[in-house]
Amino acid sequence: MYGTGTLSGMSNLVEQDVLQRVLGAALERGGEFAEVFVEDRTTSSAMLDQRRVEELSSGRDRGAGIRVVFGETTGFAHTADLSERGLLAAAQAAAAVAREGGGGVREIKLSDLVDYPSRATTAPGDVAKASKIELLLHADDVARSEGASITQVQVALGDSTRHFVVANSDGVYAADHQVRTRFNVSCVATGDGGMQTGYRPIAGTRGFELLTPDAVGEAARGAAHQAITKLDARPAPSGELPVVLAGGSGGILFHEACGHGLEADAIMKQASVYAGKVGQLVASPLVTLVDDGTVAGEWGYLAVDDEGRPGSRNVLIENGILTDYMWDYLRARKEGRHSSGNGRRQSYQHLPMVRMTNTYLLEGESDADEIVAQTPLGVYVAQLGGGQVNTATGDFVFGMTAAFLIENGKITAPLRDCNLIGNGPDVLARVDAVATDFSMMPGTCGKDGQSVPVGCGQATMRLSGMTIGGTAS
Amino acid sequence: MSDLLEQADRILESAKGSDQIEIYLSRGVDTEVRAYEGEIEQLSTAASAGIGIRVLRDGESGAKVGTAWAGSLDPSAIEDALREARDNVRFATEDEFVAFALPDGVTPATLTLTDRSVTTTPLDDKIAMAIDLERIVRSGDPRIRQVESADYSDYVAEAAIVSTLGVRATYARSGAYVSVEAIASDGTNDQTGWGLSAGRAPGELDIDKAAHDALSRATRMLGAVKPASMKCTAVFDPRSAATLLAIIGGSLSGEAVVRGRSFFANRIGEDVAATSFTLVDDPTDPRHFSASVFDGEGLACRKNVMIENGQLKSFVYDTVSARRAGTSSTGSAVRGGIAGSPSAGCRALHLLPGELTQAEIFERVGNGVFVVSLTGVHSGVNPVSGDFSVGITGLMIRDGQLCEPVREITVASTLQRMLLDISYVGADVEWLPGSAAGQSLAIEGISVSGS
Repeated sequence: MYGTGTLSGMSNLVEQDVLQRVLGAALERGGEFAEVFVEDRTTSSAMLDQRRVEELSSGRDRGAGIRVVFGETTGFAHTADLSERGLLAAAQAAAAVAREGGGGVREIKLSDLVDYPSRATTAPGDVAKASKIELLLHADDVARSEGASITQVQVALGDSTRHFVVANSDGVYAADHQVRTRFNVSCVATGDGGMQTGYRPIAGTRGFELLTPDAVGEAARGAAHQAITKLDARPAPSGELPVVLAGGSGGILFHEACGHGLEADAIMKQASVYAGKVGQLVASPLVTLVDDGTVAGEWGYLAVDDEGRPGSRNVLIENGILTDYMWDYLRARKEGRHSSGNGRRQSYQHLPMVRMTNTYLLEGESDADEIVAQTPLGVYVAQLGGGQVNTATGDFVFGMTAAFLIENGKITAPLRDCNLIGNGPDVLARVDAVATDFSMMPGTCGKDGQSVPVGCGQATMRLSGMTIGGTAS
Repeated sequence: MSDLLEQADRILESAKGSDQIEIYLSRGVDTEVRAYEGEIEQLSTAASAGIGIRVLRDGESGAKVGTAWAGSLDPSAIEDALREARDNVRFATEDEFVAFALPDGVTPATLTLTDRSVTTTPLDDKIAMAIDLERIVRSGDPRIRQVESADYSDYVAEAAIVSTLGVRATYARSGAYVSVEAIASDGTNDQTGWGLSAGRAPGELDIDKAAHDALSRATRMLGAVKPASMKCTAVFDPRSAATLLAIIGGSLSGEAVVRGRSFFANRIGEDVAATSFTLVDDPTDPRHFSASVFDGEGLACRKNVMIENGQLKSFVYDTVSARRAGTSSTGSAVRGGIAGSPSAGCRALHLLPGELTQAEIFERVGNGVFVVSLTGVHSGVNPVSGDFSVGITGLMIRDGQLCEPVREITVASTLQRMLLDISYVGADVEWLPGSAAGQSLAIEGISVSGS
């Protein structure tokens, strides 16, 4: 097994006195802030396709990213060489952006290390590879037993153990040990009308304990059922209709409709429709939106963010009123406030920026079944498949991968995949019912070329109208 | 360059045992500059290197593979990766079709894909390009309210692949890009426009073109409205057409086909597209920024005609998918860096150009929608079923002329229908970063969803 099963105790990736010297060297040519981020990540993955274990893969990536800030300018360099010489060379490369020198040697004193233990109970490295294979085969069995029309099953399992230490010239010194596990089932069903797909993910900031045979079986059944159901799907409507989003699936709506637009980098560049709107009504009063890195075990959970700030629960919109944005360390520093624990990066090779963690809508008071029953004609979305937003205009899309027509208050015919499109502030105002059946879904969020794991959540809810991008008129 | 190949040889030599082994080494240097308000906002420089190892073991009912990778070329990291790959191989399923690539005698193309000036150009000159780009866009039109990002980036990347079956390949590529995102405002609403220039070296970049592209794309969208839903012809601009071709290329992967995940399966010889549609994957054409001498298994890249005059001719294969399909590799293995295993994919797609300019296509189409940007491609296109639905911005075409801008709408059909419904292929080929070039494409029968 790559690395060991150890979940902590790797905080001494680089010794404290070395970190202090490297930070000092990074500021030798001036500058007001320097940071060293040292990361050691091991990953493993296994894929089953048509009952063949195609490949087990293991990988390890270790290195450090160093940034130095001079006024409005950030210099960044990274290296896989964790020796003091390698780190000093990276510090010099990051500081090369300095216009004119003259800072002199600064002595950096780090505070005591804050070392966050992992909450995972079964480290991926402690799990026999044979047990992983058994789970893959179990999922395949369950999926195929759902019906003879299932023609293709692909199951993937992956885990990563990410140890990091971050230290900066303000004295911040923190370490974290993040264990993440994911499991995906993808099915194809074939019928007279062609092929359809079903997909279910399980993912958490947890160890192998996440993957019980029951959870895996449920995902496999769900993926197979989804593909089979869609064989009878008719084209989705084209045009505006009320939309009911099932619990869990709709969190991505808020991620796209306003989440990205509430990130301080977009705000500070006036590249968001939500800039300058704190204190204003930006959504239906039914909307209370939270970004929360502290939800233990969820995909977007973090004890501490990639800049050393503890994860926290931040209310972004309260009863429709915009209360705050999400902040990373540097942008918060500039504003003389604390980071909200939203500074994240894909790896040591990337600069941190403002990112969401687990973003969710608080529960309402309606009954989920009642919401459907009170919708004469509309679309019921059982699962969403991602989305995209232009924060400057607010226009966003998200895709539905399992959806049905609602006719006379009842869920009826399955619909083929399509995107829904809307404008953030406009759609947020159209939330007219929120139920109590809250649940979360994992996702991968891409921004500026970097991917990070995030969670999304909400209870069943309705939008009074949204444009459905289908083909049926 | 060849020192990477020699290093791969040495690693292979020391790793040799009873198993077959493939060593993939990669190495690169990158520079990225972002300008903001006349200053450098971010400057990053980095060198990286890594190794991917695959171990293949023969058994009674076939062979099996285990892989491991490391983001470093340290001897200890390499040793760990080799040990992991050997352990992983034990757990794979023996499969008669699993094999490493065998040298097939195809002569590699002679291509010059690197330009030394990427590394010799002074950093200050690169910084100046990003700053100039931002300045030109900011001052280019009074309606430009903000420049969200103005970036210069470049890279030199090299790779070496060697195997115990005799593969021995090395290749390198350089690239330089500038891109800019502008926000225009008419006082009430904002619109964005993105401009780009790409080359193999900084000297090939056209800053003015990138700036003008962003300026015109942002300003011409001002006043955009959400139209009523309709069915009409959509003309995709070269950039959005390239995205479309890349999606179609995904379904032409022999791997998707043998896995039962492509709507093209079992349709070789059928008319799957309009007769004006001839789609080629040709990594040996140096006009493609993604051109390559060797594929991800170290076989020579070659030209493959996928769809000819509308007829489905072939798929692209790597070694394993080809064996499964009963054919041979088309030199089309792609791999996602050190952590990725080879899989079959299109690398450099382009269409045989038509004869019409964009304006002539508008004239012939008469009425429809001109698509200039796509969103939600990953969430709204299902390459297995062919369902297609994406968000767009664009302009209405009336009586052959571009009219009011439109936004917050989707265009939808199925990929199967769209290929058959292509009415015009433009002559205006644009070579773009990514796996496909693009040109104006008119497609009939598109459902536009609006208010």
